[in-house]
Amino acid sequence: MEVMGEEVETLDKLPQIRLDTPARPESLPAEKEKIRIEDFSFWYGKTKALDGITSRVYQNRITAYIGPSGCGKSTFLRCLNRMNDLIPHTRWEGRIFLDEEEISRPSLDLTALRRQVGMVFQKSNPFPKTIFENVAFGLRIAGEGNLPKLSAAVEESLKQAALWEEVKDKLERSALALSGGQQQRLCIARALAVRPEVILLDEPCSQLDPISTAKIEELLLDLKSRYTIVLVTHNMQQAARVSDFSGFFLLGQLVEFDDTRKLFTTPSDKRTEDYITGRFG
Amino acid sequence: MERHFDEELEVIRRKLVEMGGLAEQLIGRSIQILVSRDNTLSEEVWPAEQIVNQKQIEIDEGCLELLARHQPMATDLRFLVSTLRITGELERIADQAVNITEAALVLIVRPEVKPLIDIPRMATLASGMVKDSLDAFVRKDTRLARAVLTRDDQVDGYKNQIFRELLTYMLSDPKTIERAIELILISRHLERIADHATNVAEDAIYYVEGRDVRHHAGEAAAPSGESRPF
Repeated sequence: MEVMGEEVETLDKLPQIRLDTPARPESLPAEKEKIRIEDFSFWYGKTKALDGITSRVYQNRITAYIGPSGCGKSTFLRCLNRMNDLIPHTRWEGRIFLDEEEISRPSLDLTALRRQVGMVFQKSNPFPKTIFENVAFGLRIAGEGNLPKLSAAVEESLKQAALWEEVKDKLERSALALSGGQQQRLCIARALAVRPEVILLDEPCSQLDPISTAKIEELLLDLKSRYTIVLVTHNMQQAARVSDFSGFFLLGQLVEFDDTRKLFTTPSDKRTEDYITGRFG
Repeated sequence: MERHFDEELEVIRRKLVEMGGLAEQLIGRSIQILVSRDNTLSEEVWPAEQIVNQKQIEIDEGCLELLARHQPMATDLRFLVSTLRITGELERIADQAVNITEAALVLIVRPEVKPLIDIPRMATLASGMVKDSLDAFVRKDTRLARAVLTRDDQVDGYKNQIFRELLTYMLSDPKTIERAIELILISRHLERIADHATNVAEDAIYYVEGRDVRHHAGEAAAPSGESRPF
């Protein structure tokens, strides 16, 4: 553009203002329910550990349940693959559905359920076997004896668990020689080997150093495109970092359940606010 | 280790660049209206300013979420805190562009006091400062940020020159006073825009070096030797 015979260059070059930018990001697509918990209560003997829990676990999302020790969150997690059935004198009311199937009914095939819903525990518990055999274990139990097939499954599971590069040259060594963080990733690989749909993790990082913890957290974020993940932790920073949905347990009740962004920035319940800000008690 | 968190920071960074681009375009557009005397150019100004406002809310929400969820430290923390400040600066810049547009719409239906020379130059300078300060932030380029800080004096020079020149018109012909004041106000808005750009440049330096150079320009000089990466 010329002003008084002088070129004022910027003005001609200004691009048109774009008005096609959406004013607000589009709302999220509806989530698909993977697990549905309906008014579920649970007793150890006469002690009521869970009181009328209603919650949802969404497919391909990480759902975290937080709360102080003894709040019922681990009991709740173990109800999702019926691990509590191993404990005598327990009973429950209410119903839990995996997809459309009720998994809280007494006649359920528990072996089939646990193939669909894998679990990783607080303390890494590799078997005193080789790395290879640890991962292949579930498949061997299920009757798979074909070595090339087993090898392929072991490799894929270890890759998914972000452990392959570290162990590929020592698959025949004892799993017990691995570091704590590696052992925990091995347990995740072992859970993945049987191709579950849901993975339950009970305090998976509480015994790990920050670097190993960060590796597991990155791993969970990678895995959620293929699996539905439920995480129980008293490390609420971890829940805040990795989860999409969060629930806060207190004294056997699910006080609040919401989008993680909401729960950690503007919780609805005063008790949740007090817990996550460290004012609890 | 590649972090998922980095992808989330990248989303924020991209939105900030979009917001800055829009604010910069608004400055250009407001001066274009004044120079071309074409009021049809003003139609997009208000909706565009609304988008800038919306982006501020969106980016701030994103930063708040990441602060709450990740408790970021060091560079990550400084990035998010600086971004929160910068969205405020960009939003004010867009407001100033709207003020210029409003003044321009008053002026263009009346005869020119004088041909416009310094105001378009000043606008080019201020708009360049906005662009460079944000580029400095996004590219972690503190040399560029410091160059923006030194350009602020030129903008102030223009403002004083415009004032002095228009004063002579007003003294010789009182009928020009109203229009001359509008022009002086436009130069004032441009000067404010440049001030906001220097704030963005200071945030860029804080983000990259962890040094707070606000309010003491003398200490804004680069540290001796290589700039120290934090």
